[in-house]
Amino acid sequence: MVEHSASIFDRRLLVVTGKGGVGKSTVAASLALLAARRGKRVLLVEVDAKGNLADAFEHRQVGYTPVEVHPGVLVMTLDTEKSLREYMHINLKIPIFGHLSPLARALEFVATAAPGVKEILTIGKVLWDVREIVEGRSEFDLVIMDAAASGHVVAQLGAADSIRALVDVGPVRAQTEWMVELLSDPAITAVNVVTTPEEMPVAETVDVIARLRAETAVPLGCVIVNRVLPELFTTHDELAFESLNQPSGRESLVEHVGSGSIAVLDAARLAVALRRSRAEHLGELRADVDLPCLYLPYLFTRSFGLRVTRLLADALDEEIA
Amino acid sequence: MVADFASLQSLLATKEIIICCGSGGVGKTSIAASIALGATKHVGGRVLVITVDPARRLASALGLGELGNVPRRIDIGAVDSDDPGCHGELWAVMLDTKQSWDDLVMRHAPDEATAFRILDNRLYHSLTARFVQSHDYIAMERLYELHESGHYDLIVVDTPPTRNALDFLDAPKRMAEFFRGRLLRWLTLPYRVGGRRGTRLIEAASRPFYQVADRLLGSRFLHEIAEFFLNFQTMYDGFVERSVSVERLVADHRTSFVVVSTLENSPLREAELFTAELRKRGVHVGAMILNKTLPGYLLDADGATVAKQLLEDSDGLASLVAPGDDRTARVMRTIAQSYQNFAIVAAREAELRAGLSRESHLTIGVPARAADISDLDGLGWISVHLFDNGSVA
Ligand SMILES: Nc1ncnc2c1ncn2[C@@H]1O[C@H](COP(=O)(O)OP(=O)(O)OP(=O)(O)O)[C@@H](O)[C@H]1O
Ligand SMILES: [Mg+2]
Repeated sequence: MVEHSASIFDRRLLVVTGKGGVGKSTVAASLALLAARRGKRVLLVEVDAKGNLADAFEHRQVGYTPVEVHPGVLVMTLDTEKSLREYMHINLKIPIFGHLSPLARALEFVATAAPGVKEILTIGKVLWDVREIVEGRSEFDLVIMDAAASGHVVAQLGAADSIRALVDVGPVRAQTEWMVELLSDPAITAVNVVTTPEEMPVAETVDVIARLRAETAVPLGCVIVNRVLPELFTTHDELAFESLNQPSGRESLVEHVGSGSIAVLDAARLAVALRRSRAEHLGELRADVDLPCLYLPYLFTRSFGLRVTRLLADALDEEIA
Repeated sequence: MVADFASLQSLLATKEIIICCGSGGVGKTSIAASIALGATKHVGGRVLVITVDPARRLASALGLGELGNVPRRIDIGAVDSDDPGCHGELWAVMLDTKQSWDDLVMRHAPDEATAFRILDNRLYHSLTARFVQSHDYIAMERLYELHESGHYDLIVVDTPPTRNALDFLDAPKRMAEFFRGRLLRWLTLPYRVGGRRGTRLIEAASRPFYQVADRLLGSRFLHEIAEFFLNFQTMYDGFVERSVSVERLVADHRTSFVVVSTLENSPLREAELFTAELRKRGVHVGAMILNKTLPGYLLDADGATVAKQLLEDSDGLASLVAPGDDRTARVMRTIAQSYQNFAIVAAREAELRAGLSRESHLTIGVPARAADISDLDGLGWISVHLFDNGSVA
């Protein structure tokens, strides 16, 4: 467990996936922040482009050109047309002048229809940056990829293999060779799954890990459990809470402290119940998944932005240590 | 503006189709199933819920195991036994994308041989799994089919997780465009004309496309794709006609959308954008459901005062309430702190709720339940909140 974690930032590509809404982007941003704190120069790539990854740094939206949103962290948002242009130019030596649009649309069509083509453009661009690092030509030390949600990530990471099975000649096939090599090297790549301790996210996490193992050769890193509610009481203290919660205890609190005591007690009861049902799902997760787990607290903050990213980076730092 | 429906009951009593949409993780499946369950109690009739990807425990509690693609009657006896006036039936079906695509091909292909050629194609599986919005399209298609069957008084649909909720709405149109499109013509043209000579007949406009595609992918792969689409194109008429009907059904006055969200920034932003877009297209939005909200007592001023006092004087108060128990002061500080924490989130939720554009739809809050929604009891719990707490925003 420690081995994995200690070397996490020595990899060159950290892929972050998870069910929609669990905090994938926020966690990817905090990982980037933490890596930057440790002296790495990080390229943080938003692939599942909602275009709001820069929000985590309270920076305006960022496009295809990387922008330094925080010291040591550069963000970029992938865009099929631009990566296609770059791909053709760099890898296939096909120069494209002026209007790409009709052609890009045509290719986008093939890309949507043909398995793996769209994904290869995306992952291809990311891996191109990774290769630059590996070969010592890059300003970066690490690429962090806010990847597709777990429903789609297997196709994204397995794209090079699907292409290989379908295309037997030409430069696209040749390109897949080095991609597969980088993607399956545990010294270079690690896929991390973000989840919350809830029923559906845990089920999807177990599922996606099994599928990644069965259908790809990508090395798995860790599971990051986000939004973990605090444990309120020790077993010893919980008994004292239970007695406060008895009708006599409640009355006594109302009498001595005020009528608002009921709300405070009910809120605590809810917090305990929420924590308990989530703990069950954590149990299932630990039983079904043999990867190291990192736990991040549920943050009770007024707003979201750089402060949350920092707090989660602190928490990650502690978990990794 | 005033909501055109004052309660979920009245909405459900006048519509035949309710489509639940919203971003992933907000609880669409549970809400859709709870609306359907509530409808059998409060409105009656034969109610069907089409679910997409339900949690395993909920699916098995509903009896939707392996054969989920065929509607099944759910035994709700335990839930409505204390309500003798209830005469509704609850039915449920799970969306099986692959099976539904196969059925569709069998139906639209001109003959059995073509159908099997399509079904056997090795691209077919990947294509239907990822085709331009294939899940969205198939959900709409299935809805149309089940509505056409005339078996149900009300159908409640849970929508597939999409990056953008609008994808779902656009799916039929895109599917039709896809079949009508120039791109498909380009791609299949040389093969339609046949043989080597055909290649020379490619329209000038498509030449760069071919050059690049060929260079990128190799001609064997292109050929394979083209062959597949050539077969697929034989279903053109059926598809286009069908997608027009599906589209019409969605815009019909018998259909209404229910937008589901949580009181968090990004799902809510998406829900608002979606609502505005639906209205722009003249589609009916019947209600907005705010799921997993925190209880109102967290905004209680007395609660806040008590929490503050408990933090400031836990020792003194503990000796009054539970003299001699050295744990009580610590417990008091803990629950006070926890109250303040949750109050921050509740205040944020309240602010978001107040900021909701004053649209004319019914807005209903459903509180967060500590336990999972994994059986009829859970659905019943939600539907109590859906049907009793309606308020007009
Ligand atoms: N530990 C946490 N505590 C409290 N709130 C959190 C935490 N982590 C993330 N959030 C909040 O949850 C919301 C969703 O997070 P985020 O956008 O990172 O999710 P995502 O998984 O990337 O979603 P999507 O599938 O939409 O890309 C944000 O408002 C974020 O600030
Ligand atoms: Mg995201």
